[in-house]
Amino acid sequence: MKNILVAFVVGVLFALGLGISGMTQPQKVIGFLDIFANWDPSLLFVMGGAVGVHWVTYRWIVKRPAPLFSARWHLPQKTDLTYALVIGSLLFGVGWGLAGFCPGPALTSLASLQVKPIYFVLSMIVGMYLFRLFDKFFPAKR
Amino acid sequence: MNNEWLLSLFGGACIGIAVSLMLLLNGRVTGISGILNGVLVPEKGDTGWRVFFVGGLLVGGALLTVLRPESFFDTTGTSLGQVIIAGLLVGFGTVMGSGCTSGHGVCGVSRLSIRSLVATATFIFAGILSVWIVRFFLGGHL
Repeated sequence: MKNILVAFVVGVLFALGLGISGMTQPQKVIGFLDIFANWDPSLLFVMGGAVGVHWVTYRWIVKRPAPLFSARWHLPQKTDLTYALVIGSLLFGVGWGLAGFCPGPALTSLASLQVKPIYFVLSMIVGMYLFRLFDKFFPAKR
Repeated sequence: MNNEWLLSLFGGACIGIAVSLMLLLNGRVTGISGILNGVLVPEKGDTGWRVFFVGGLLVGGALLTVLRPESFFDTTGTSLGQVIIAGLLVGFGTVMGSGCTSGHGVCGVSRLSIRSLVATATFIFAGILSVWIVRFFLGGHL
């Protein structure tokens, strides 16, 4: 119950942060990636703010034996670099630049009931299922 | 530093606080593509918090729509076809690459995870390439 409430509050705060920072405006994301034309550094400030805060808090938080509302940590354990990691990130990056949306801002923008985020999220969900299908025929270490 | 960049920094800090709360309280990384993927293919006992996190994003998006509608101004000339291809790539790529801008870019970079550092460099590189190709070879849009 507590975990569900935490996840909800974190979701709201995350969405507000995305909106305030300008990341729900796809032209700002495309502008950041457009380094050969009118470069918009906004995304760098967003990453700076987010990583700047979490850099400090992460090191302080993981000193605890366990999180407050769970018996153990649920952190990613993989450390090896795989083809899937690199190829998947390449494909993601191409799509990111093509529309100016990544998963967080796209889901947040759904609430504005605009056409593009709705199409983006639906096709993103299809893409996730397509990968599962692909993974059945060509399983690779992720 | 102009006002827009300050807002980006502040919004970024909100995101940093949000992911820190998720870690301190629930012991989890806030990776939005992974959370969504977990909703699509539910595992018993590990789905409720994911649904509520996505619900939180939507409620945050609704608050922004009411209080700060300019958060969703879209001045890009992307076509619906472009958005659909982008969504497919983002969905497929983020599951294959084990994460997106939030999980790899914010949480992973803060943890100095080598996998996340490689993934983040890769998707930013691919995004730059994607925007460049669209702009110079396809005349700005597909």
